[in-house]
Amino acid sequence: MENQIFELQYALDTFYFLVCGALVMWMAAGFAMLEAGLVRSKNTTEILTKNVALFAVACTMYMVCGYSIMYGGGDFTMFLSGIIGDGVAGAEEPATYAPSADFYFQVVFVATAMSIVSGAVAERMKLWAFLVFTVVMTGLIYPMEGRWTWGGEPVFGMYTLGDLGFSDFAGSGIVHMAGAAAALAGVMLLGARKGKYGKDGHINAIPGANLPLATLGTFILWLGWFGFNGGSVLATSSVESANAVAVVFMNTNAAAAGGLIAALLVARIMFGKADLTMALNGALAGLVAITAEPSTPTPLLATLFGAIGGALVVFSIVTMDKLKIDDPVGAISVHGVVGLLGLLLVPVTNDGASFSGQIYGALTIFVWVFAASFATWFVIKMIMGIRVSEEEEYEGVDLAECGMEAYPEFAKASS
Amino acid sequence: MKIITAIIKPFKLDDVRQALGEIGVQGLTVSEVKGFGRQKGHTELYRGAEYVVDFLPKVKLEVAIDDDLVDQVIDAITSSANTGKIGDGKIFMTTLEQVVRIRTGESGPAAL
Repeated sequence: MENQIFELQYALDTFYFLVCGALVMWMAAGFAMLEAGLVRSKNTTEILTKNVALFAVACTMYMVCGYSIMYGGGDFTMFLSGIIGDGVAGAEEPATYAPSADFYFQVVFVATAMSIVSGAVAERMKLWAFLVFTVVMTGLIYPMEGRWTWGGEPVFGMYTLGDLGFSDFAGSGIVHMAGAAAALAGVMLLGARKGKYGKDGHINAIPGANLPLATLGTFILWLGWFGFNGGSVLATSSVESANAVAVVFMNTNAAAAGGLIAALLVARIMFGKADLTMALNGALAGLVAITAEPSTPTPLLATLFGAIGGALVVFSIVTMDKLKIDDPVGAISVHGVVGLLGLLLVPVTNDGASFSGQIYGALTIFVWVFAASFATWFVIKMIMGIRVSEEEEYEGVDLAECGMEAYPEFAKASS
Repeated sequence: MKIITAIIKPFKLDDVRQALGEIGVQGLTVSEVKGFGRQKGHTELYRGAEYVVDFLPKVKLEVAIDDDLVDQVIDAITSSANTGKIGDGKIFMTTLEQVVRIRTGESGPAAL
C-alpha cells in the first residue's frame, strides 16, 4: 500500500513537473511575439529566427554540458550520461520524480534566460554572432552561476551562497537578472540603433511595428510564468506541496496584475497618455519581482511587490534611454533592474533569507555573468563582428541576414 | 468655370459633403493626403521618448463648378469645415478651361 502511494506520488510529481516545463517552454513563444511586436517590421523575420534558433541551441548546449556543470557536483559528464530513466531503481536516495523530467524542466529555464538577451540587442546584431554567444551563454555562463546557486556548489571554492542566506525561489536573479546582465554587456559593445539618438543627443522614439503581437506575447509569458514559478515548488502530490503550488499561482498572478496597474498609472502620469508598451513591461516586471519568492507573501503583498516592480520599470526604461543603453524591448529594465528588486524583496517575507545574502548572491551572479558575457561578446566582435553594416541596418536585418521579409506584400514604411 | 480645391480636416468631410449637397453641387472628388501648414507636424510619445510626425493626414476635395456657384461653395466649405483651431485647412480656386462628360460627349458648363 505504502509503495503504491509512493508510486502514485512519483507519477503525479513527474507529470506536474513536465506540464510546468511545457508551460515554461511556451514562454519562448511569448518572448518571440513580444520582441516581434516591439521591433520595426523590417527586422521581424530576423528576430523570430533568433528566437527559435536560440531555443534550439540552448536545449542542445544544456544537454551537451550545461546540465552536468550546473547539477553534476564534482562529476562533470558530457552528453547527460548521468541521467537515468528511473529515479528510484538503484538510487541511494530515491528521487520523487523522474530525473529526465528534472532535466526537461531545467532546460527550458536556460532558454528563457537567453530569450531575454535577444530583445535587448534586436534590430542591429548579426544573427550568427548572436548564436555563437548563445552557445557560450547556455553551455557555460548560465550553468556556472546556476551551479553556485541552485546547484549549491561553492563559488570558485571561496564561499557558498546558500550558507550566506541567499534564496532565489524560481530565478529573479538566477534566470532573469542573469539574462539581463548578458544583454547589458552585449548592448554596451554593440551601441544604440542608428537614429535612436540625434546629433545633439536627444532621444528619438522608434515605435514597434505590431502592438497586438506584443500584447499576445505578454499574455503568453504571463501564462507560462505559472509553470515557471508553480513548477519551482517541485512537487504537488502532498497536501503541503499542493497548497504551496496554489499559493504560488495566486501570488504570481497577483504580482503581474499589480505590476501592470502601477506601470499604466505611472506612464499616464509621466507622459500624459496610457502607453501600452509600458503597461506590458509592467506586467512582466511584476512577474519578475515575485519570482524570487512567490510562496511566502500574502496576495496583497504580492500585488504590492508587483506594483513596485511595475512602477520601477517605467523609471528604469526612461533612465536607460538617457544613459544611451538602447534596449528596444526594455529587457534590461524588466529582467535586470526588477530582477534585483525581486531578490531584495525576498527577506521581507522569508525568514530563511537575509539581505546580505541576497546582495552577495546578486553581486556574484551579476559580476560573473556580466564579465564573462562581456569577454565573450568582445572576442566575437574581434573575430567576426557583432553588428551589421549601416546600410544593412537601414534596409533591415531581415533582408541582410535572412534574405526575406516578414510581410513581403506590404508597402514599405518611410523608415 | 472654376475648380475649387479644399484641404480639410478628415473628420469634417461628412459635414462639408452635406453642405455642398444642399447648395446644389452635383459631384466632387476626394483624396486622402498628407501634408503640413502652419500647424506643422506634431510630436508623439512612445515609451517616454518623443517622435515627430511631420505630415498630418488631411482630406483633399476637388469640386468643379460654374462661375455663379463659386461664392456659395467657398462659403459652404468655409463654414462647414471650420473648427476655429489651427489646422483647419485651405481653399484654392483655379480657372477651369474645359469639361467633357465622357458618356455623352457634352462639353462646357452643360457637362458639370
